[in-house]
Amino acid sequence: MPVQETRLIFKHIDAAGYTNDLDCYLRHGGYEILRKAVQQKPEELCEEVMKSGVRGRGGAGFPCGMKWKFLDRKSGKPIYLICNADESEPGTFKDRQIIHKDPHQLIEGILISCYAIQAKTAFIYIRGEFPEGARILERAIEEARSKNLCGDNILGSGYSVEIFVHRGAGAYICGEETGLIESLEGKRPYPRIKPPFFPAVLGLYQCPTAVNNVETLCHVKHVIDMGGEEYAKIGTPGNSGTRILCVSGHVQKPGYYEFACGDLTLGQLIHDVCGGLRPGRSLKAVIPGGSSAKILRAGERYTGKLKDGSSFDWGLEDIPMDFDSLMAVGSMAGSGGVIVMDDSTDMVEALANINAFYAHESCGQCTPCREGSLWMKKITTRMSHGQARQEDVDLLGNVADQIAGRTICAFGEACSWPTQSFVLKFRDEFLNKARAQAGAASTNGNGAVPLI
Amino acid sequence: MLSPAEQAALDAELPHYPARRALCIEALKIVQHHRGWISDEALRDVALALGMTPHEVDSVATFYNLLYRRPVGRHVLHLCDSVSCWVMGCDGICDHFRNRLGISFGETTPDGRFTLLPIPCLGDCDHAPSLMAGNRIHGNLTPEKLDRLLDELD
Ligand SMILES: Cc1cc2nc3c(=O)[nH]c(=O)nc-3n(C[C@H](O)[C@H](O)[C@H](O)COP(=O)(O)O)c2cc1C
Ligand code: SF4
Repeated sequence: MPVQETRLIFKHIDAAGYTNDLDCYLRHGGYEILRKAVQQKPEELCEEVMKSGVRGRGGAGFPCGMKWKFLDRKSGKPIYLICNADESEPGTFKDRQIIHKDPHQLIEGILISCYAIQAKTAFIYIRGEFPEGARILERAIEEARSKNLCGDNILGSGYSVEIFVHRGAGAYICGEETGLIESLEGKRPYPRIKPPFFPAVLGLYQCPTAVNNVETLCHVKHVIDMGGEEYAKIGTPGNSGTRILCVSGHVQKPGYYEFACGDLTLGQLIHDVCGGLRPGRSLKAVIPGGSSAKILRAGERYTGKLKDGSSFDWGLEDIPMDFDSLMAVGSMAGSGGVIVMDDSTDMVEALANINAFYAHESCGQCTPCREGSLWMKKITTRMSHGQARQEDVDLLGNVADQIAGRTICAFGEACSWPTQSFVLKFRDEFLNKARAQAGAASTNGNGAVPLI
Repeated sequence: MLSPAEQAALDAELPHYPARRALCIEALKIVQHHRGWISDEALRDVALALGMTPHEVDSVATFYNLLYRRPVGRHVLHLCDSVSCWVMGCDGICDHFRNRLGISFGETTPDGRFTLLPIPCLGDCDHAPSLMAGNRIHGNLTPEKLDRLLDELD
């Protein structure tokens, strides 16, 4: 059965003649939903978002309506909205497309969201690697202001809101919402400990703050357009709406594709949508949700029960691409970055690459994360330099198991999941390599290798 | 002291924030833009302008991949080395840098023209391997494409 894309967020992106300026956006019905929204009560909008069940697209998949409900409205402090445009999870490239090709969709989503939570100021925190994107957003905001869509008394509604673009300078941890907030305040981006520093209560400048991903805020626009119940009919229960999948690695047609959640399986994505693997190659593994997600191995079978009680029995290529199914097979939908590896991939080298990333990007506050990510990197680097010891395979797993759950932020989990899953699922490959290298060391006269 | 041009660029951003220090990254970028890199002196100038201690400013300056605390070449090339680019062969591009310019990550050519730095993920994974030069991203890199790019940059 051929699978059809359902393009909601990417409806106009890449369409012939569609440009990223305000005129083009207005010609395509732009800002009509904002116009409609500011005539409703903010609580009604929040209610629609709640009913839609839309889950965050930044990584954790937390329901957006619920996040907004937690905002501390009694404190009397101003409420902030932060759009997380730090998109730095390796393998993810959807937010950049939205920002470059349809910035007004994001601005409209931000304005509607601000009105719904009654925020008067929004910041778009954009990563330093997107200087062009920052320029495009600033221009879009100016255009919106010139038409009274942003600024004082928007569209005569009596409601005023400002949006500012804040540029980062390249650090993965600035994607973590509390690290982002510290960075936005001008400090070293050390994530804050929760409790007490839940952004919804003690966020930016210790005020209640909603932090949402770029794609999530675009979905809000469509939720308000369609109504929460109607939106929830797209996708499957608990996994509503569409999902942008960013496919990279060993496929014929890497790129971004948008589907109703759960509408297609991983196999359909790779073979039907992305044109399959390169000639003569077979599938070895897939990381389904950005580099932090646990790797899935070709040939594995997954059995168990889903949240709704139904049981499943899937091979790798049968897994539906939605939040709950990917969680049920022990990985996650994460940020939507699908990284495909064929049989030419050396898994030890692949993990060495991923570990180097995490060791470099750990902010260094928590000992288990700082030291753990560093030692995992040292061990896999040693393995990739031909100096493994046989016990290194278990040592890797041992180090990884001592990080998660013992840290301030979820980076701890993010950095241990790759090692845990690679070593578990490709144990033979790791062991063979270690054995061969240890054997070579004892016969080539070099003796034991230094443990650095 | 910040130069008049640096001060003006900073002042343009100031009204957006309740506190001056929120401009720390921006101020560092401004001085880096004008002076090429962030020297200890530049750090002190930023600290003075924002009412922070040099130590606080340095804790920000040393954290980010795109802030340079050491002199760099005229063109800083950021080659993505994260997993999607690795899968698609960024190691080969690294080798080409070494062969053609004699530099590896973290090094600058003796003529001061190019500095090569790694960068984790440019969000261009569907065109891996990819690098950023100035404000532009160059994807689907091959040694030939890299040669053409290097020739274009003076
Ligand atoms: C280490 C780490 C990195 C993250 N990076 C990003 C990111 O680049 N972009 C993003 O939107 N969310 C990122 N997140 C998730 C954010 O903390 C936060 O949950 C998200 O922005 C919330 O938005 P959402 O609910 O709309 O998904 C990251 C989380 C962690 C732990
Ligand atoms: S878990 Fe890692 S990245 Fe997160 S705060 Fe601790 S040291 Fe920093």
